[in-house]
Amino acid sequence: MAKLEINSNFQISRRKFLTGASVGASGIMLSGCDAFDSHLSIGSGLRSFLENANGLTYRAQRFLAGRDRLAPEFSEADIRQPQRPNGVTSPDDDDYKALLANNFADWRLEVSGLVEKPLSLSHEQLTNMPSRTQITRHDCVEGWSCIAKWTGTPLSLILDQAVVKPQARYVMFHCLDTIDRSLSGDIKYYGTIDLIDARHPQTILAYGLNGKPLPVENGAPLRVRVERQLGYKMPKYLSKIELVDGFADVGGGRGGYWEDNGYDWYGGI
Amino acid sequence: MESVARSQSDTGPGVPASTERPLIYRQSRWTRLTHWLWAISLFFMLLSGLQIFNARPQLYIGKQSGFGYDNTIFEIGAENTSAGPRGYTAIFGHRFDTTGVLGWSGPPGNETARGFPSWATIPSYYDLGTARVIHFFFAWILTTTLIVWLIASLINGHIRRDLAPRIDDIKRLPQDVANHIRLKFHHTREYNTLQKLAYGGVLFVLLPLMIITGLAMSPSMNSVLPFLNDLLGGRQTARTIHFTVMVLLVGFFIIHILMILAAGPINELRSIITGWYRTDPPAHDDKTAERSA
Repeated sequence: MAKLEINSNFQISRRKFLTGASVGASGIMLSGCDAFDSHLSIGSGLRSFLENANGLTYRAQRFLAGRDRLAPEFSEADIRQPQRPNGVTSPDDDDYKALLANNFADWRLEVSGLVEKPLSLSHEQLTNMPSRTQITRHDCVEGWSCIAKWTGTPLSLILDQAVVKPQARYVMFHCLDTIDRSLSGDIKYYGTIDLIDARHPQTILAYGLNGKPLPVENGAPLRVRVERQLGYKMPKYLSKIELVDGFADVGGGRGGYWEDNGYDWYGGI
Repeated sequence: MESVARSQSDTGPGVPASTERPLIYRQSRWTRLTHWLWAISLFFMLLSGLQIFNARPQLYIGKQSGFGYDNTIFEIGAENTSAGPRGYTAIFGHRFDTTGVLGWSGPPGNETARGFPSWATIPSYYDLGTARVIHFFFAWILTTTLIVWLIASLINGHIRRDLAPRIDDIKRLPQDVANHIRLKFHHTREYNTLQKLAYGGVLFVLLPLMIITGLAMSPSMNSVLPFLNDLLGGRQTARTIHFTVMVLLVGFFIIHILMILAAGPINELRSIITGWYRTDPPAHDDKTAERSA
């Protein structure tokens, strides 16, 4: 066997060298396999410990981004393709299909919860309110991005109209689409944002996409845009927005459908 | 790390104690502590990062991902062929069959379509949410460690004394490359030229670039630092750079481990655990050894 002389300290054979190296590499890789799986489910001690970093990340982003720093906006030339739909793209719910059949003439956006004046707004009432149009980049948690032009009513105008009570802390979005089925029944998509993001100038309830009415696959008749967060924070097929002081008693208690399934509540990164 | 320790005992007894081969204090506690924090962080960030990548196993160039046009430069996927499902990897349009590792992998008879295989991801099953929790937890550790190291190494002189390449280092580069190829190492207090370039490259180029491209992917941070993506060429280019730097760091890790095994793992491990390093005999002996080798 060929021997490599290593500085006269050791004599290590080439085979031993390669064996050692590959054992080292595979040992490290093997530990990636499933050694950690059982400790990572939601609610476990290790998972909860690691999730503390989400709180740190949230506070850092809030501190740096403040209330009103704007997400980058783009030019018409950057709109190079239709907005990619994701998640539910064609709700199978009977009530949704009935509303769609009537071109959403009977659809209403309910504004309820911790407000002085609950609202029930028709599609026409929303489109008659002052609107904002913005060309922004949609970033999916999966890693892809897509640039599109969104038109909608600033959420802050609706909150002002409903007069938010001082104890309200979050806006909860209720949706018409069933995203999941569980033993306790169908789960409709829902999500929450805090009032800072709700009142952000670019946070709109969008009814228009790339100059046309919002298509079904992208959330017709109404979806929210929260431009400083990821796509899962922007529910589609809205039916109700509810002002709440917490969300521990809703769904899995983590503030949204995807949050209940392990995503961080603040989807800023 | 466990396996490194195992190969240590495989290589037989350590360096014989000798007054001619003095033990010197080579690595400060800051260097040692930060080294192991990085090792742990990078391990978890790599395996959770590969899991995150699996959610969208494509890389693009530009501001957005091309769905209505093609700006994909890298892709891992699976496809049905007449020979059954196959995994493939495509780089700049060149396709390779990577069945069993990339695209299509798993226990025999139970293969599934996934980018990186189960043994290379945490968790082993598909779970983007959990991988993100792990990734961002260790991102804080990694970044904090880098800042602590930078401050400590500026104060204790580690950067100036040990890492900054000098004229002599550049002159010595060809000889140093030749020495490494022949796995011939001089054990001295100082780093050799390639070590300086490798460690400096990781600490001052790769890790900062990793952090910057990571931040550039954050829609929240884009509102704070909107110029970042303009500099980098768009969010999807930033993601592609993030992935490329990962590949370079893995390459560094592999060479780093090979060099440690070749240069004497006990001595190298001792110096990064305790700080103490056994050096070669004084220079005239060293030259004799070099001639006879």
